Amino acid sequence: MTRELTCIGCPMGCALTVEVENGEAVSVAGNTCKIGENYARSEISAPVRAVTTTVLTAEGIPVPVKTAGSIPKEKIFEVVKDIKAAKVTLPVRLGDIIVSDAAGTGVAAVATRTVE
Amino acid sequence: MREFDLVVVGGGPAGMAAAIAAKEQGTDSILILERDDRLGGILNQCIHNGFGLHTFKEELTGPEYAERYSDRVKELGIPYELGTMVLDISKDKEITLVSRKRGAETVKAKAVILAMGCRERPRGALGIPGFRPQGVYTAGTAQKLVNCEGVVPGREVVILGSGDIGLIMARRMTLEGAKVRAVVELMPYSSGLKRNIVQCLDDYGIPLMLSHTVVDIKGKEKLEGVYVAAVDEKNVPVPGTEEYFPCDTLLLSCGLIPENELSKTAGVKLSPVTGGPCVDESLETSIEGVFACGNVLHVHDLVDFVSEESVRAGINAAGYIKGRPSSPGTPVEVSPGFGVRYTVPSKLYCESVEDGVHIRFRVTGVFKGASITVTSGGRELFRRRGRIFVPSEMLDIVLKKELLAGVTEGIEVRIEEAAL
Repeated sequence: MTRELTCIGCPMGCALTVEVENGEAVSVAGNTCKIGENYARSEISAPVRAVTTTVLTAEGIPVPVKTAGSIPKEKIFEVVKDIKAAKVTLPVRLGDIIVSDAAGTGVAAVATRTVE
Repeated sequence: MREFDLVVVGGGPAGMAAAIAAKEQGTDSILILERDDRLGGILNQCIHNGFGLHTFKEELTGPEYAERYSDRVKELGIPYELGTMVLDISKDKEITLVSRKRGAETVKAKAVILAMGCRERPRGALGIPGFRPQGVYTAGTAQKLVNCEGVVPGREVVILGSGDIGLIMARRMTLEGAKVRAVVELMPYSSGLKRNIVQCLDDYGIPLMLSHTVVDIKGKEKLEGVYVAAVDEKNVPVPGTEEYFPCDTLLLSCGLIPENELSKTAGVKLSPVTGGPCVDESLETSIEGVFACGNVLHVHDLVDFVSEESVRAGINAAGYIKGRPSSPGTPVEVSPGFGVRYTVPSKLYCESVEDGVHIRFRVTGVFKGASITVTSGGRELFRRRGRIFVPSEMLDIVLKKELLAGVTEGIEVRIEEAAL
């Protein structure tokens, strides 16, 4: 089976053509770098995404947060819920861990801005 | 009157990169003016990732990208004043500003870098009929409310326009618990990046309705819903295709306009196509010693390209301050040919080009397997074939100095379509 994908690895958005056998990518064409090939392989077998959102501090200030790595796509909403529920007080430094293991993915969520 | 070698108007990505570059070239007397209460400009509300792949070879969020530059500004001790609004720039480079701290003031500069960025096309410029109910926002306003103020403006959303901010906000509102019913786009293609259609719409099952537009808004005090209709090839709504979407929020992502009110009053010549200043290869405007970079010059899709461009503006402004004669010789015009909407720069002093000159432009439509060609007086200077060129992606080519030797006639950049 052939599947057409758009790589989300960078703003170029390469159009990928992937040959799929038994739920695994066996060949990838159309990519211009290694990121495209890796994306196609994971997108076919187990899609992942990085998540960005905000957490409201006890002082009522929104602090931007991202997952430190990619998490399974089907866990996006659970991860956001975990981040929203975190108790955070100012000051926050860029890179501070907000949630150490977001929704049991083993991936941490970290602050992306310093807020004094 | 306070005097500076260089005044940078705007403390976003363009202003910060330009100021850092000028400082590193030895310009010490610099002042950055920023109207917001922190440096970083629009990046502060762009909490999604995808920034910095070119500049830092890693994927950063907007605030992280901004903080790398603001940290550098502080490290270099470049003075900046926040909460400061520039009201006027004169031809003689006298800048009138106002702030709570200092009141109204006029400062003098040897060189000025315009880095005011751009703003969104508002509802008033779109000609949508209907009342003016509460619940209609530009996508960027909603982004600021959600990400910087912690307020989600609505629960049921329709987005008009498929610009990147609209796509990003479709995902953002969904993650905040809102239901995004559709993204409606007048053109037969999206004006946003393909990756954003995948990761912001497809991932959440949000439909993208191409060749459709909002034809009416229902609700007088509060928005109740919108009517969406298909359009024909002339973008005229087709009667009988109207569909009603109940919603409490309509977000507009219908294009960005360089913010050049200050440039206009200064007398800077503007391009009717980009809405930004006409510049030469040094990014100098029609006023000597006044440079422009970033989204105030032309709207970029990647902040990395803004930073790179702004470094050049900073270096050139520093050179001007040191007394390097500005733009010697006679310039040649750089003009857009078939398939090209505009070029930046629009004129070129070939003598002044050091290693090469960047020409940045956008195409007028979708071209597959076509080539970019650059000619002067019938002579081909440059050719590059591409898999696909789309209006949403700014193109950047570099003409090496040796290619420009002996060029005296106008330079034309155009798209040559693949032979069928």
